[in-house]
Amino acid sequence: MAINAQTLNETEFFYGHKACAGCGGSLAVRIALKVLGENTFAVLPAGCMSAVGFNFPQLCFSNNAIISTFAGTASMLTGIEAGLRAQGVTDFHAVGFAGDGGTADIGLQALSGAIDRNDDILYICYDNEAYMNTGIQKSSLTPFGARTTTTPAGKNIRGNLRPKKNLFEIVAAHGIPYAATASVGYLNDFMRKIEKAKQIKGTKYIHILAPCPTGWGIQTDETIDVAKEVVDCGLWYLAEYENGSFILNHDPKEFTSIEKYLRKQSRFKHLTDKDIQTIQNSRDAKWEYIHRNFK
Amino acid sequence: MKPFLREKVPTSFDEIPDTTSYEAGYLVTKNAGWRSVRPIVDTEKCISCLRCYLHCPDGVIFRQDGKVAVDYDFCKGCGICKKMCKSGAIRMEAEK
Amino acid sequence: MAKRFLSGNEAFAYGVRLARPQVISAYPITPQTIVVEKLSEFVEDGSLKAEFIHVESEHSALSCAMGAASVGARAFTATSSQGLLYMAECLPYAAGGRFPIVMMNANRSTALPWNIYGDQRDSVSQLDSGWIQAYAENAQEALDIALMSFYIAEHRKVSTPFMANLDGFVLTHTYEVADVPSQEQADEFLPPLQTENKMSLAAPKNLAFSAGPDSNTIFKYKEHLGILNAKSIIQEAEIRFEQIFGRHYTGLTESYQTEDADYILITLGSIAGLVREVVDQMRAGGKKVGLLRLRYLRPFPNEEIAAAVKNAKALAVLEKDISFGSEGTVYTNVNSALQKAALSIPNSNYIGGLGGKNISAEEIESIFYELTKQRSTVQFLGIGGEGSGN
Repeated sequence: MAINAQTLNETEFFYGHKACAGCGGSLAVRIALKVLGENTFAVLPAGCMSAVGFNFPQLCFSNNAIISTFAGTASMLTGIEAGLRAQGVTDFHAVGFAGDGGTADIGLQALSGAIDRNDDILYICYDNEAYMNTGIQKSSLTPFGARTTTTPAGKNIRGNLRPKKNLFEIVAAHGIPYAATASVGYLNDFMRKIEKAKQIKGTKYIHILAPCPTGWGIQTDETIDVAKEVVDCGLWYLAEYENGSFILNHDPKEFTSIEKYLRKQSRFKHLTDKDIQTIQNSRDAKWEYIHRNFK
Repeated sequence: MKPFLREKVPTSFDEIPDTTSYEAGYLVTKNAGWRSVRPIVDTEKCISCLRCYLHCPDGVIFRQDGKVAVDYDFCKGCGICKKMCKSGAIRMEAEK
Repeated sequence: MAKRFLSGNEAFAYGVRLARPQVISAYPITPQTIVVEKLSEFVEDGSLKAEFIHVESEHSALSCAMGAASVGARAFTATSSQGLLYMAECLPYAAGGRFPIVMMNANRSTALPWNIYGDQRDSVSQLDSGWIQAYAENAQEALDIALMSFYIAEHRKVSTPFMANLDGFVLTHTYEVADVPSQEQADEFLPPLQTENKMSLAAPKNLAFSAGPDSNTIFKYKEHLGILNAKSIIQEAEIRFEQIFGRHYTGLTESYQTEDADYILITLGSIAGLVREVVDQMRAGGKKVGLLRLRYLRPFPNEEIAAAVKNAKALAVLEKDISFGSEGTVYTNVNSALQKAALSIPNSNYIGGLGGKNISAEEIESIFYELTKQRSTVQFLGIGGEGSGN
């Protein structure tokens, strides 16, 4: 039976943390741990979730958990997995939770190394599309047009000029046993993917879009709606990579309005109609690619 | 089971561990002070669909007597539960 | 015990095998490669049961070792020079986490200019990282330190990572005869790793957390105590070692002809062998000279240095590093030891062997002769004092 709210493990493993109200990242961590269960060793690099969860003596993980260096999520996971296996421990999950910067920028080399070795770990990237912990600076997963504190929107430059790095497909290109995208707006889909990843030996990667009310400029109660809308308007997609193939999990018959999605977030307030048309064109090109290459 | 509030706050030289390791899930402070509004559950209207519980970033909603209740020690008042509730059983009330 | 003809790197690898590490993570860099190649062969031939992890960088090598240590596994890695600097972020991290990882460092010059040969600028630049630092003189000592390092690092009073340094090429690639102890003896010497500083299913923990201004000093003070405790645990390890293997070591320092010496040269690493020969020659000529070899730079042998040199007329510190704009770092540390012991002995600093430059017996002899002039200055061997060349 598929995991849903009714069947989900009632234990809370990530609790009492100091994340901002409405934090999408903390929801992703909370739900993943509930699916993975108590025999989970979690690695969190420097970033929002470690900053809000590990302030001695306020320690917010009831399972085993450790902070790694910013770049070292995957390599520390490797060491934990190998260290436990070397001692004969078999019934456990090694999971990493790193943000977009910790994954797509500074941690990419170590992640690539772990996938290359096919270490038996699950790596979850909670993507809030900027360096939120340090105050909303641009990462390589910040989308085109977004205003951050290092891509200000002014008269000359209107926010971030580069598109979001396609990390899901970069990861898949390693020939990883399992990779998936997800959104905190579609938690049942996310839970199913964690449950699936649990059963697979080797490296697993799940990339979950997790809105940050503070950095995106939305109300604290809008996190889930916005995370749903980004999928519905086609700027994010729910997919899996398995056995060498891409599978599209959710194919919207008709996209909802990109403009509506963008305009409700203050990080996109400055965009012109032409900018929005640019974003729409790139979305359409992406979906043409998806329909051509994904099952 | 979940991390819970402890009475003992390790502060002295001897209480502080020799290494950066300590019991998992050790809480010494609440988050209640963050809140300007609090969710109130109308158990008459609650159908226990658990959408509020599922989507709560802080995990402070739990099952109670076939309905749901809120751990106000750790609720930050984000309002996601109210948004998720399809039966209109949760309202946000200003903290006094 | 079996006698083998081994390079320093190979000898160290044999010592590591005897310690039965459970996880080895390594990235290749000259002149460290032989030690990890040898260990991978041991894993392949089944003589070492360890997880050998081919990491993609030195940063990941130490990060992976920390992961293994964080669940109570015995972990080893090895590096050199640029690699040590590339993993620099992880060095104080491992020390602050009190992970008893052992790492061999093949001492090599640091760029720029690029140079693959031996000097000690790499490890000496990391003295403040919180690691125990030992410097071997020969292959036998390298092997023995490899085995002892785990005992010292893992001791519950220490719980501090251990960096064992071997001079690049001069020691790592030079072949000597070394005794390789039996596995039974090694097992008698080194118990399995036991620690509470770990994550486990039986007792879940949160590790490597943040500690704010209120408790931070306490954590750092305890880290300092841990490495200071290594002083007595090094002694304890060497006594046990001698009981089981019959080889004697002398703690943080090794004195040679210092008792009645007027002039003492203080140095570290493989150059000590040549200095010992020069001392013998000069002694034969009636000169009262001696050698004090620093076997450990952390914990620093303050008392041992003071005790060994207190009657000397002058001292020289010969080292293969320079703290630019100041002086050799070992020299700075030695002077601090003298000052704390209220010893006012004229002394000089000789910077030599940079980028693998040979240090000759004649140069060592001339250092002793220059000491009779009792001047206090920083000299670069082959160039002169700081004003030279201006």
